Amino acid sequence: MMRERRRTLTVSFDGVEVDAYVGESVLQCARRHQVDIPSLCFLEGLSVYGGCRVCVIEVAEDLRLRPACATTVAADMEVSTDSPRLKAYRKAIVELLFAEGNHVCAVCVSNGNCELQDVAVHVGMDHVRYDQRSPMRAIDASHPKYLFDPNRCILCTRCVRVCDEIEGAHVWDVGSRGQQAVLTTDLNQPWGTSTSCTWCGKCVAVCPTGSLSYQGTAVGEMHHDPKMIVRLAAARRGEWIDPEEYR
Amino acid sequence: MTTIKIDPVTRIEGHAKITLGLGDDGTLESARFHVTEFRGFEAFCRGRPVWEMPSLTARTCGICPVSHLLASAKAGDAVMGVRIPSTAVMLRRVVNLGQIIQSHALSFFHLSSPDLLLGWDADPAARNIFGLMAEEPELARRGIRLRSFGQSVIEEIAGRKVHAPGIVPGGIAHPMTAETRAMLRAGLEEAHATAAGTLSMFVEMLGRFEREIGAFGNFPSLHLGLANDAGTWEHYDGHLRFVDGAGEVVADHIEPWKYRDWIGESARVDSYLKSPYFKPLVDDDDQVMAGVYRVGPLARLNVCTTMGAPLADEALAVYRERAGGTANSSFFYHWARLIEILAATELMGGFLADDAIEHDLVRSTAGINHRHAVGVSEAPRGTLFHEYRVDGHGLLEDVNMIIATGQNNLGMNETIRQIAAEWIDGPDIPEPVLNRIEAGIRAYDPCLSCSTHALGRMPLDVELVDGGGTVVARRRRG
Repeated sequence: MMRERRRTLTVSFDGVEVDAYVGESVLQCARRHQVDIPSLCFLEGLSVYGGCRVCVIEVAEDLRLRPACATTVAADMEVSTDSPRLKAYRKAIVELLFAEGNHVCAVCVSNGNCELQDVAVHVGMDHVRYDQRSPMRAIDASHPKYLFDPNRCILCTRCVRVCDEIEGAHVWDVGSRGQQAVLTTDLNQPWGTSTSCTWCGKCVAVCPTGSLSYQGTAVGEMHHDPKMIVRLAAARRGEWIDPEEYR
Repeated sequence: MTTIKIDPVTRIEGHAKITLGLGDDGTLESARFHVTEFRGFEAFCRGRPVWEMPSLTARTCGICPVSHLLASAKAGDAVMGVRIPSTAVMLRRVVNLGQIIQSHALSFFHLSSPDLLLGWDADPAARNIFGLMAEEPELARRGIRLRSFGQSVIEEIAGRKVHAPGIVPGGIAHPMTAETRAMLRAGLEEAHATAAGTLSMFVEMLGRFEREIGAFGNFPSLHLGLANDAGTWEHYDGHLRFVDGAGEVVADHIEPWKYRDWIGESARVDSYLKSPYFKPLVDDDDQVMAGVYRVGPLARLNVCTTMGAPLADEALAVYRERAGGTANSSFFYHWARLIEILAATELMGGFLADDAIEHDLVRSTAGINHRHAVGVSEAPRGTLFHEYRVDGHGLLEDVNMIIATGQNNLGMNETIRQIAAEWIDGPDIPEPVLNRIEAGIRAYDPCLSCSTHALGRMPLDVELVDGGGTVVARRRRG
């Protein structure tokens, strides 16, 4: 009901004109109109981070690539979502994500249920052209219910945002800088010793990879549920949305 | 001077090299089997959660991943300290029987039967599964279908033919459905008929191989296998038993987690494959041949009293009569393998006839309750050990894996020496002799050749070295 009262304007995706709500992002608009733009760090209901850069788009007459999740629609905006240039950049971005961590799908708890894996398939990645960093990162299995494997983390910060914005606990943060950046709990204390963690599991639900999982999960058994958070966030706003529209 | 050290020496699979040493008088003095690849599983598994170990270590092998899944899952069971549901035990046993069928079928039909049926001296270009398909199309077809059946068993119960995810610490990921059970029972009849028919055919043609029986690793050694109190053929659980070349029990009722008291591991500078040996017989690491033991079908049939399956027991009686009680010729690995396929089809039929196999309780859950665990299973090629030490959160601190092929390393070296002594006469190495050396190794069905000998051509590099260390002849293949 609420959306129908919104002011609208017109934008175009790859030459096809559609209506857009004033104030919404290009990614949100595209999703409503079934225009496929891959993304990883974005999750409806959480604040926009714009860090993964997988959702890059081109806007007419502008050479810069823009993240669709952090670009607000404007009247008569001409958006390109599928150009050869975009395909090449997205593929390179996903390859860099794989090269940065230790993403070995075959032995991952999220194999077959992984957004990073899905995006890799979407962009046509069949190998990684960059040297693997193969970092040595210690797993934090100190929490009685959950396990954090930083080798599989892409620093999308969904867990940081959901813990802060939805649960209100703010257990997670990003520590260190640059190549050394890593998720931390409670000022870099073992997760199991965290006094702020409520054991709610929202961070595990939104993780797009096998980085956050349940203890005792074997390979391929982890099923995340980010749509649960999409529904929950909408309910907090007093809205109902169809989570099938969103990642 | 630069010194390169590789430490630890760990799992390998792939290429092999053989060196034969001649004395000053030109006679054969030594034969060495070198494995020249490094895998490193024991190193890179450290730090991983114990829950992931079955699927991670299954990647050691594409032919017998089920064996690693089982040994690793059993180590996981022990870390949790759980007794898994009885239905899960049944399902794990059936999966392992399927694995034994498919792996043995691959070894016999695809890899070894071209030598046995087409002849050692046959044209190398045709001495492979394709040549077999041309000469014996029905036999080749039955062999391929038998292997396919074994793979279907694995796929239906554990989720995938290769590197199946369904065998987990605590049991099995999913119960068996009525449809799966019916499908497997339907396929069992043909598998059983193929096993029985092939066994009969093999026994009939044994007379052709008297010289090979005498020289393909025909020496007394210890034999190791899993055993149970009933004395029946064991492939999943039970304790360790060593028997000697005369069939006498040397050590028995060894709990798997105490294996280090009985098995030592020796590393050699010229091979990445470790050489496990029977510890009580070896005082000096340089004299490990004193503790040589063999594992696999040959050893399992020497360790058990009966197969626990009527037709397989009849076959076992014939086998033991021909072998003189305890079989010590490695050529008999082929025969033992066929008897095990027959037994596997019979035993699988018994499990699938039991309604309890459809029960839905198939997984025990628990946290970390033990810091040290050993999981053992009988892989098609022999007894497989996975030993884990974990921290209080279940992350691996130390891993040791003893794989069947390693345990046969000393036996394979002796086999090569025997074959070389029997057939090599002078510096020339004719191709049929090269083939016999290859076949002597292949009798063990070693994992190291899994990835390369599927076309019947294992990469080999044979050097003949004189007393002064000069290479006087060399033949390469692959």
